[in-house]
Amino acid sequence: MSTNTIVSLPDQSTARIPKMNFISKEKGLLSWLLTGDHKRIAILYLVSITFFFFIGGALAGLIRLELLTPQSDLMATDTYNKVFTMHGIIMIFFFLVPSVPATIGNFFIPMMIGAKDLALPKINLLSWYLYIVAGILAIYTMAAGGVDTGWTFTTPLSTHYLNTHVLTTGIAIFIAGFSSIFTGLNFIVTIHKMRCPGMTWFRLPLFVWSNYAASILMVLGTPVLAIAIVLVALERVFGIGVFDPTKGGDPLLFQHLFWFYSHPAVYIMILPGMGVISETISTFSRKRVFGYTAVAFSSVAIAVFGFFVWAHHMFIMGISNYSMLVFSLLTMLVAVPSAIKIFNWAFTLYKGSITFETPMLYSFGFMGLFTIGGLTGVFLGSSGTDIHLTETYFIVAHFHFVMVGGMLMAFLAGIHFWWPKMTGRMYPEKISQFAAVVTFIGFNFTFFPQFILGTLGMPRRYASYPPEFQVLNVFSTAGATILGVGYLLPLLYLTWSLKYGEIAGENPWQATGLEWQTQSPPLTENYPAIPVMDHEAYDYEWLEGQKEKVASVG
Amino acid sequence: MSDSQVVSNDVVVHGAEAGVQHEHLPYQRHHFETYAQQNDATNFAMWLFLLTEIMFFGGLFTAYLIYRNWYYPAFVQASHQLQIFWGTANTAVLITSSFTMAMGVWCAEMKKKSALVLCLTLTFVLGLVFLGIKFIEYKEKYDKNHIPGFHYSMQSFLNPQSDPEVYNEYHDKPLSFDMARHTELYFFLYFAMTGMHALHMIIGIAILGYMIFRAQAGAYTTGHVTFVENFGLYWHFVDIIWIYLFPLLYLISRH
Repeated sequence: MSTNTIVSLPDQSTARIPKMNFISKEKGLLSWLLTGDHKRIAILYLVSITFFFFIGGALAGLIRLELLTPQSDLMATDTYNKVFTMHGIIMIFFFLVPSVPATIGNFFIPMMIGAKDLALPKINLLSWYLYIVAGILAIYTMAAGGVDTGWTFTTPLSTHYLNTHVLTTGIAIFIAGFSSIFTGLNFIVTIHKMRCPGMTWFRLPLFVWSNYAASILMVLGTPVLAIAIVLVALERVFGIGVFDPTKGGDPLLFQHLFWFYSHPAVYIMILPGMGVISETISTFSRKRVFGYTAVAFSSVAIAVFGFFVWAHHMFIMGISNYSMLVFSLLTMLVAVPSAIKIFNWAFTLYKGSITFETPMLYSFGFMGLFTIGGLTGVFLGSSGTDIHLTETYFIVAHFHFVMVGGMLMAFLAGIHFWWPKMTGRMYPEKISQFAAVVTFIGFNFTFFPQFILGTLGMPRRYASYPPEFQVLNVFSTAGATILGVGYLLPLLYLTWSLKYGEIAGENPWQATGLEWQTQSPPLTENYPAIPVMDHEAYDYEWLEGQKEKVASVG
Repeated sequence: MSDSQVVSNDVVVHGAEAGVQHEHLPYQRHHFETYAQQNDATNFAMWLFLLTEIMFFGGLFTAYLIYRNWYYPAFVQASHQLQIFWGTANTAVLITSSFTMAMGVWCAEMKKKSALVLCLTLTFVLGLVFLGIKFIEYKEKYDKNHIPGFHYSMQSFLNPQSDPEVYNEYHDKPLSFDMARHTELYFFLYFAMTGMHALHMIIGIAILGYMIFRAQAGAYTTGHVTFVENFGLYWHFVDIIWIYLFPLLYLISRH
């Protein structure tokens, strides 16, 4: 690890957290629960998604424990079905979808574009309340006995054959969907209408671009999930036959509606993460992101292509050979903008002054793991290999490489990167670097063996498996334990740092974004006066100039 | 859509103590720089919301078009059960309500309070008339046992002569049992689509009720009409959904 660092903190003996900031402005629980301030809502979201992350994580722990041995001995097989279903539902709808947009995005998009708030503060708060109502319903479902359809609600299994809490879970996801629609809608309006003077589209930080692209997906995709869930509910309650082959309905229609949202949903999850990586890679290599315009448009391209690939989830479900051919081809196309991003980040690193602070370590983790996750996606996108690999642990590993190795790493990178701005205090650097490395090692131990298990033919969603797969499963469970430690550490030291962390000052990373040019934590109105953007994004020379100005005046 | 509070004094001054004063109109939310920006942003948000609504109904339209293609004879005969008279009447009612709503927006812009209240009330009443007619139609389906998933009967399609009213008009041939049972899908889609539409109408009527109340208090004739304008967009959108539903469900199978 390099001893070089770009961290520049104010003199700790004199530094103070600014007296006026968005946290100190009003006190009391009500001032939080009725707030319109995007920063406070972001904190509310952060606390809630962390809660759901640890519930989902505990369920993942149960899954790995059960799979330690070939027999189903820890729990009954239908309990296992419920556990993996709830793990999927909680992690996807209550953690991954809102993770970066609703927390970091909510906090920083208005700041990055020089606005005082999101365009619709009340809608923003409403979106959090919807999330909470949905979350409580999901927890109620779990307490009442759970649901065992798998997170995909496959019909006719979910409509005809299961007697678990499909309805309440469906309602929970429906409501959570609206929370996500409102977040997306708010972002699009804000980015279009609230930019400060001088903030042109091509001066926007890439984090804003990628959240914009994700918002398009939220706004256009989520309603389709909503109607799919309504139809499942009607089918279950009234037996109207729309997905029931005995009445002439077609279960495949459900697959089309569901994946029309749920494939773009993975881009909803990953795109904001990619935005975080653009920010950290640039800051910690002291260089403008290579090919800014290409990276910006690749986000939009992912959003657009993302809408035309959904049927690759249905290669074994009886769609025609022609659809398979077309959807295979379109799926390959998504690899292009994703590769543009990875290559451009790599070129940003080239000849940069790289330092290895925690956000950068997580970002390296993201780049490596996302690349593996993305490339194995190409295996699954080609219909020939997909038929062999789908419904095996290969797909589990692929999805977790993208979502956990990619998205979660990006989320942690972002949380560490902006933690000083959000709280005014630094996290402890050494232990967090250690946590980043532990997470990376634990992650690879957990999920890499699953690629091998998948190619050997171990099917997913079973509580028991042939004994010859045990060694790799033991590896995976051991890795999950390490990974669990890796995730608990940040919870502990970040909480610790709220009180004991070093005072961060305005711009500890010497980053160029507008949000770094004001006090930490920021004022309720973000800036004392509306800023004017008079330079390009990631302009480190401008930043040097600013410092000289301050030096010569001060 | 923000419904700003009307404050008695004309101009609000912020930040007097910090020395960075700025002034704005009472209904301007203060995270916006100008009132025009606020208006722009809220209108844009409403359009985006309507876009999500299109995607929401889009799923149902897709299902309808696919099944109609597969089970064409069943869909044709089932649609003969709908009464064009009521459908046309309802279309007329809705288009008129869109007109009164548009007039309402104009009245709000012109600050004509009593005319605005009248327009909103007319829209409200026309909305209720629409639902009333819809209820008559649903009742008829109920009487004929055409509620899917709930005492559904295929008698009208297996033996069309048992349903003389429809038979005399269309002279439908009996369907095979296998095709006739697919009429249930038609009725499901009919109820789902018109039901979702009616739900949007009910929500709209509830908001209208609130707006009439607020309009009487003079809340929309201050020059700040965003709320009325955006509600108007919603109302026209619901109208347009019906403009698509009417031909799809009632008309295209009429030979």
